[in-house]
Order: sequence, then C-alpha cells, then structure tokens
Amino acid sequence: MYNFDVEKPTSVADAVKALSRDEAQPLSGGQTLIPTLKARLAMPSVLVSLSGIREMQGVRLADDGRLCIGGGTIHRAVAEEAKPHYPGLASLAARIGDPAVRNRGTIGGSVANNDPSACYPAGVLASGATIVTNSREIEADDFFQGMFSTALEEGEIITEVKFPVPEKARYEKFIQPASRFPLVAAFVAKFSDGVRVAVTGASENGVFRWTEAETALSANFSAKALEGLTLDGGSMISDLHGSGAYRAHLVGVMTKRAVLDLV
Amino acid sequence: MTQVKMTVNGKAASGDVEGRTLLASFLRESLGLTGTHIGCDTSQCGACLVHVNGEAIKACTMLAVEAEGADVKTIESMANADGSLNVIQQAFQDHHGLQCGFCTPGMIMSASALLKDNPKPTEAEVRHYLDGNICRCTGYHNIVKAIMAASGQDVSALAAE
Repeated sequence: MYNFDVEKPTSVADAVKALSRDEAQPLSGGQTLIPTLKARLAMPSVLVSLSGIREMQGVRLADDGRLCIGGGTIHRAVAEEAKPHYPGLASLAARIGDPAVRNRGTIGGSVANNDPSACYPAGVLASGATIVTNSREIEADDFFQGMFSTALEEGEIITEVKFPVPEKARYEKFIQPASRFPLVAAFVAKFSDGVRVAVTGASENGVFRWTEAETALSANFSAKALEGLTLDGGSMISDLHGSGAYRAHLVGVMTKRAVLDLV
Repeated sequence: MTQVKMTVNGKAASGDVEGRTLLASFLRESLGLTGTHIGCDTSQCGACLVHVNGEAIKACTMLAVEAEGADVKTIESMANADGSLNVIQQAFQDHHGLQCGFCTPGMIMSASALLKDNPKPTEAEVRHYLDGNICRCTGYHNIVKAIMAASGQDVSALAAE
C-alpha cells in the first residue's frame, strides 16, 4: 500500500472540505477500499475517514413512512435496527460478507462503490430508494450508471439512503463460495402499486431492473408468472465462476425463489 | 507519522504510525502482540480478528489511526487471570479444535464474539458465524465442536460430516 494522509472529520461539512484536497478519497468502512489500496489499484494521497461522523449514522423511520439509513451506518446495525420496519432489507444486510465485515462495512460505501456483485445496490434499486448526498437527492433509477459507476460527483458524499417500505420483499442470493459475494442475486419488492425486481452479480453493466419480470409479477404475483421469461446471457458477466448463459438462468431461479418465499 | 493512542488488552498503548499502518501491523510490530496473525491480508481469512469496542473486526482491514481511542482486545487477553486457558481455549484443546494453529487466534476471537451475542448457538449458527474465518487445515468439524462445547452444550452426539 502506498502511503497517504488520513483526515478524520466529525461533520459532513468538514468531510466535504477535506475531500477538496488533491487526490483525496473518502474512506467509509474500508472493507473494499483497504484491500483495493493494498493491491495498489487506488493511490489516493489523502483518505477522508467518514466513520467518525455521527450525523451520518443510524436507522430511523421518517414521518412519510420511509426508512432512512445514514450513509455511515454499518451493515450489522441495519440488520438489527431495520428489522421491525423493513425485514427484507434487514435480511439483505444480515447476509453481506461475514460478521466482521458487517461490523465495519457501511451502506454508503457499498452504494457509492457500486460493485457489480454487491448486495446493497439490488436492495436500493428494487426499493426505488433515494440517495441523499451532501448536495442533492438522487433517485436510485438515475444513480447506478454501470459497473463501479454512479451519479456521484468527485468529492460528493452519500449522507443517507431513504427507502420506501414495500408490502413485502425478499433478497435471494446464490453465493460465489470463494468471495462470498453473490454470483447472482435478486431483490423482489412488492408495493401496493406494483413490483420492482433488481438483479446484482449478473450484468456487465452492474445492477439492473428486470422489467419483464416486474410487469409479469405486477399483474400476477406468483412464481408461475415468471415461467417462460428469459434474459439474454450475451450481456451477462462471463468468467471462470459461470458463463453469461448460466448467470442469465440463475437470475430466473433467484427471482423465482424470492417470489416463492413471499407468496 | 501520527501518534495513536488506544487501550489494548486493558492497558494504555500508543505509538507513531503512518496513515497506511494497519491495526494488525500496529499490534504486531509496534506492540509486539504477535498472537494476531496475518493470513491472507485480503480480508478473507479472519486470522487477524480482534475485538474493537467489543465487536469482531478484521485488524488487517482497519487503519491503526481509525482505532484512536478504541478499546482493543486481542488473543493475548483471552487467558484467565491466573494464566490458565479460558473456557473457549480449553475447549479447543479438549476437542482438538486446531491442527497447525495458524487460524486459531482468529477462531477464538470470533467464537468469543459469537458466544457474547448468542450464548447457546446451534451448530448451523456456529458454522454460519465462522463464514469469515478460514482454516486451511480444514479442521472445521472440531472447531465447531469446541465452540459448541465451550457454550456448555453436549457435543458427544455431534457427528463428523
């Protein structure tokens, strides 16, 4: 790892100021970034640690019924505190990585990184959540812009994610046993006015909504509604862990399992 | 260099570190607490697992400067006050829960974090909790058995898989 300075602001305003330094990068839980730095895949000259910013931590139910999770909230806290309000999302958080990773990794870090195999982007997109930053609010549909790519500007920090709470939701993942990331995972969220389905781990473009499945499930919320629906394996990730065609097939299987859990 | 101060195994500890110094390196190289092992160095294996403010953390994936002011506990703090093995350590010995021993500090620290939250885990819960602790000798069966025994459960019927 190349050396760097570390700044430890205690407010969002100070963090934004620190991030204006040359080659500065935010550090949240570091469960992805620190291994990345070790591999010298990133070489910031300053890391701005966000973990001391109390105003970015915690889970609360807003007056409008949305579940608001601070960007610096660790997965373990979401697993525990979101459970009474949004069990489908809490269950996703409870299954990220392993217990030690869940004690450090944060929702803001995961969403900002937008790893094509990360769990949270599927939950955020399927919920139709809103990503709140230090300067604006961004709808999930506009936020995720391809593998490791988001609508965030340089130096912009995710301070909160606001989740509309569906009637019911389930995240099903097929784990790649070496990395424990999903090989493919699907998040199905059933709202009173329709169903949203988001898929991670599969596409070359990162997390995406499976709109054909959404239409079918909105009309008839049953596993049967998914019969005959297929995805093109050509645009899917193809590597030693699975071909594009295999991943395309798994999307169907994971979505079906999620629905079966909910009906 | 920055000075960091923290409490390690109940004692005040401090030292000068670089921004990039990992908590695991600080414990091992500055404090000489080499019980915390570095196995994979990629956050996979859990040999470096310690407790930071009571929570299980991979010390190879946390910067030392981020542990400023924290209460850190390592494997060196686990034995009883008289130097005898604590209940988890003793169970690992009794049930042959280690072979080469490299992963053992992380396994013990992980087991201790689990039993604090869940004093009587099922076998499935133990296995699930150990997701982030890898034993290259693949001696998982006896590790699970030792943790179940340490929680006071009867393990005589725990069959080998």
